[in-house]
Amino acid sequence: MAAAGGERGRTSFQRRPGAGPRPPALPGTRPSLRHGQLLLSSGLPSLDCVLGGGVAVGTLLLIEEDKYGLYSNLLFKYFLAEGIVCGHDLFVASAKEHPDKILKELPAPLLDDTYGKELGDEAAAKSEDSQDSMKIAWRYQNLPKMEASPTTYTKFGHYYDVSKKMSPELCQSVKWHSFYLHEELSSEPKMKAWSMNSGYARLLQSIQKIISQEGFDGSDPQKKQRNILRIGIQSLGSILWGDGVCCSDNPEDPHSLTKFLYVLRGLLRKSLSACIITVPAHLIQNKAIMERVTNLSDMVVGLESFIGSERETNPLYKDYHGLVHVHQIPRLNSLICDVSDTKDLAFRLKRKLFTIERLHLPPDLSDTVSRASKQDLAGSAKLLSSGCGAMAIGKKHLDF
Amino acid sequence: QGKFTLLRDTRTDGSFLVHHFLSFYLRAGCKVCFVALLQSFSHYNIVAQKLGVSLAAAKERGQLVFLEGLKSCLDLLFGEEEQPGQPSPLQFLSTSDLRALFDFVRVSLAPSAGDSWKGPVLLVDDLSVLLSLGAAPVAVLDFIHYCRMSVCCQLKGNIVVLVHSNEDSEDEENELLVNALCHHSDLILWAEGLATGFCKDVHGQIKIIKRLSLRQAGEQDLVQIYQYKIQDRNVTFFARGLSAAVL
Repeated sequence: MAAAGGERGRTSFQRRPGAGPRPPALPGTRPSLRHGQLLLSSGLPSLDCVLGGGVAVGTLLLIEEDKYGLYSNLLFKYFLAEGIVCGHDLFVASAKEHPDKILKELPAPLLDDTYGKELGDEAAAKSEDSQDSMKIAWRYQNLPKMEASPTTYTKFGHYYDVSKKMSPELCQSVKWHSFYLHEELSSEPKMKAWSMNSGYARLLQSIQKIISQEGFDGSDPQKKQRNILRIGIQSLGSILWGDGVCCSDNPEDPHSLTKFLYVLRGLLRKSLSACIITVPAHLIQNKAIMERVTNLSDMVVGLESFIGSERETNPLYKDYHGLVHVHQIPRLNSLICDVSDTKDLAFRLKRKLFTIERLHLPPDLSDTVSRASKQDLAGSAKLLSSGCGAMAIGKKHLDF
Repeated sequence: QGKFTLLRDTRTDGSFLVHHFLSFYLRAGCKVCFVALLQSFSHYNIVAQKLGVSLAAAKERGQLVFLEGLKSCLDLLFGEEEQPGQPSPLQFLSTSDLRALFDFVRVSLAPSAGDSWKGPVLLVDDLSVLLSLGAAPVAVLDFIHYCRMSVCCQLKGNIVVLVHSNEDSEDEENELLVNALCHHSDLILWAEGLATGFCKDVHGQIKIIKRLSLRQAGEQDLVQIYQYKIQDRNVTFFARGLSAAVL
């Protein structure tokens, strides 16, 4: 590339002429600066920020369901809706409801101006309070206001309106495959003995067939236009899949779920796909299995909703509907990973939007500050400040 | 020579140690058999390039034998019928017998005629995955024992193994495995996340335990503790409390 002995006054670097046309970029993706993999949006821009930019192609996002499965189902639908809007292929697997029904109930994408209007309403309400300049803390007048939700600067990811359904024309615009366990079981079985739960084995075979037939693993060099496959598996590990991990402490086949995740990892790594799985972690009695499942997944996000718990009426949490725990972020192609600074995250479902925000406790401005409320604050603060998988052990507060 | 090193991590990811040992032994000119159960070849290749070693070139030279667990398990489950006499090393997925894996290790590290490499090294990324895949903890311990006999004692090579552990873990099989391995290792490198939670400048602390008590009765184990911060191409170690952010 460098021309040897160039003329004086000219640099010896010469760009190779005609490097050839660049291959067309895959729709709905952007490359990551950290590890060079392609990133997909998870459907929720605030979740993308928390996950370090998005869901990398070839990885698995595991959502630990909240108690009634309401909010995890929402995240599941966001992921699929994002796939439709970006034009990716979908593969939906469920044992609970038929995938056709799931696809009919996806949220509609919000157009840019309506989202701006939503934000504008809130901003207008807030700015009325802060019109007058600060008198005492006037040095802080010019500092930027704290952003509650992490902001993305590039146009990647879309917003969805939960109150409206996606139009059927948009749903039909992409190719999608479905796997409904109860339909598959009634058809002809033809598989060799895998020593795994038969429902899981069938699902893996189905995924592998789609990946190799549609050419997501690059096995078909003729295909010019490559695309991404988004896989969504609902409520894996629940009793509906035929797995006993949610029923007893000593299930008869404790390894099926972990073997399934291992083989799925292999399939994802060698193809242009990404997968979201929701797991009813609160139902799994044997916590050892949950630890192994966490180790075998790339990203693990747990949702804890306040419904029915004593936190629902706690005035500290009145703005939020639940907490978000990020248990694991992967280190792909690198020694380090993009861990976000904020560890205390909470989510809330407004009238139309679902957002994940940094949890900040409001200042305690009541006149009668009782001892009980102070202890409550300290207790919840201690619970909140746990790092990615690290729990604050109360006794030792110094590391050296 | 003939050492068994255990890499252990708690509340954090200790894979940076695996990358270090891989590039260290390849640069030293040893023949390495790497059983990579959890990540793909390209992941290790890209990190090794940042550390200055090319895995693809080492594989071509015959210096590195790489078992990519994810790929072999797909070949085993979705491929055509295998020929008898050549069982896949990941056969334990269906039979829960680790013998085939041990045969693979033994054959790949056996000294052949034209080799000029220094001692053989076995590197296992994540022994805890074997438990998730259906192997019993006693079977895994037997596998390690056989590997030690053949690699450390017969071939005078080294073994480096990574396991995960947790202090209040409910995974008893894993804890059993980790405790047993701790008793038999010559060197333990234990990477822990900080007890007080997440910190941007100090990613964790590493405990280096040299098991001198194995050599001679009456000797105490030598324990050194450092804190570390992982950067893009290397890891910096410093004494506790003296991170660059504090000084």
